[in-house]
Amino acid sequence: MKDPELDDIPGTTVFTGEQSRKGFALNQFCMSLLKPENRERFKADESAYLDEWPLTPAQCQAVVDRDWNAAIAEGGNIYFLAKIFATDGTSFPAAVSTMVGMTAEEYVAMMIAGGRSPEGQRSIKEGR
Amino acid sequence: MARITAGVTTSHVPAIGAALDHGKSGDDYWKPVFDGYEWTKKWIARERPDVVVLVFNDHATSFSLEMIPTFAIGCADSFAPADEGFGPRPVPRVQGHSDLAWHLAESLIRDEFDITIMNKLDVDHGLTVPMSLMFGQPEAWPVKVIPVAVNVVQFPPPTGNRCYALGEAIRRAVLAYDEDLDVQVWGTGGMSHQLQGPRAGLINAEFDAAFLDRLTADPEALRKLPHIEYLREAGSEGIEMVMWLIMRGALGEDVKELYRFYHVPASNTAVGHLVLEPAQ
Repeated sequence: MKDPELDDIPGTTVFTGEQSRKGFALNQFCMSLLKPENRERFKADESAYLDEWPLTPAQCQAVVDRDWNAAIAEGGNIYFLAKIFATDGTSFPAAVSTMVGMTAEEYVAMMIAGGRSPEGQRSIKEGR
Repeated sequence: MARITAGVTTSHVPAIGAALDHGKSGDDYWKPVFDGYEWTKKWIARERPDVVVLVFNDHATSFSLEMIPTFAIGCADSFAPADEGFGPRPVPRVQGHSDLAWHLAESLIRDEFDITIMNKLDVDHGLTVPMSLMFGQPEAWPVKVIPVAVNVVQFPPPTGNRCYALGEAIRRAVLAYDEDLDVQVWGTGGMSHQLQGPRAGLINAEFDAAFLDRLTADPEALRKLPHIEYLREAGSEGIEMVMWLIMRGALGEDVKELYRFYHVPASNTAVGHLVLEPAQ
């Protein structure tokens, strides 16, 4: 069920069925990192571990690059991708900062100052 | 007979749990968050329920994309804190109330809410952080808990209206349970936040304040708020707030607001907290 409204929110990918189908293998790979032994195997040899999953080259590259916006475009969901940055020992705000083009310090400072304003961030077509 | 004595809503930000577990709750950054729950900790020590029906969402922990129940209820005797990628939180095992949980499951299904029955459920920060905020760091949790898990990860989550109606059905089921129990219903998650994409970090304090007002005083209007409004106004993860409507539906028509707290930020998120009591 396509809903064009969902594509009208700036800088936002809603995790629809279409995204979920595209990202199934990527997100299942992320889930595997909930097991400590899999985290160890991934850390020991990332590319060998990734080879065990039927990921597309673009999904694989997004993981290798820790490019979360690219991973989301390829069907990744942030709650699943969080297993990768938990494995890396990266904090949630530090990981999020890379998606908005800020340093971790700049992002944390923005949040302490009240966060990103919704003004102009609600709708692309209505510019509000 | 069992009765519903109060409703609580709170955010369940994982970093709040991490701050407590790592002894950082007194830091400049975290102290205002924990201070905001001091009133409630004293209140709940006096008004201690026997059972909490704790509405939360799993964050890709016990539910992967293999199975995505819209509503699920934990019927087991106990629930283990989950490993979310950095080991389980050092918190007590959560004790369930299997008999009441099964009664709820059976009543809800007869009442046309086709809820999924979970006989094993590891619980993530969505459930354990609210417990920590209300009860601190005890050896054992002082209440029994019936987890009610709501899908808000895979779009679309249930509508606010459906959540409210589920709350009403939970109320009917609790009131029909033939044991003298004080039951609270907690709605967790929210408030405004977005964890993904170039719009991440969105906070909408104005929307959050209005949501808190309407949840108390005008839930009939709030239950009709469409998903797209949550997404636009409160961020892609702000949609978690639909879960608060389950709590509100369980309290009956009129409620009294006993306590409110709001703070920005906890990590990526606006923290909101209400304590409500059914009007006499």
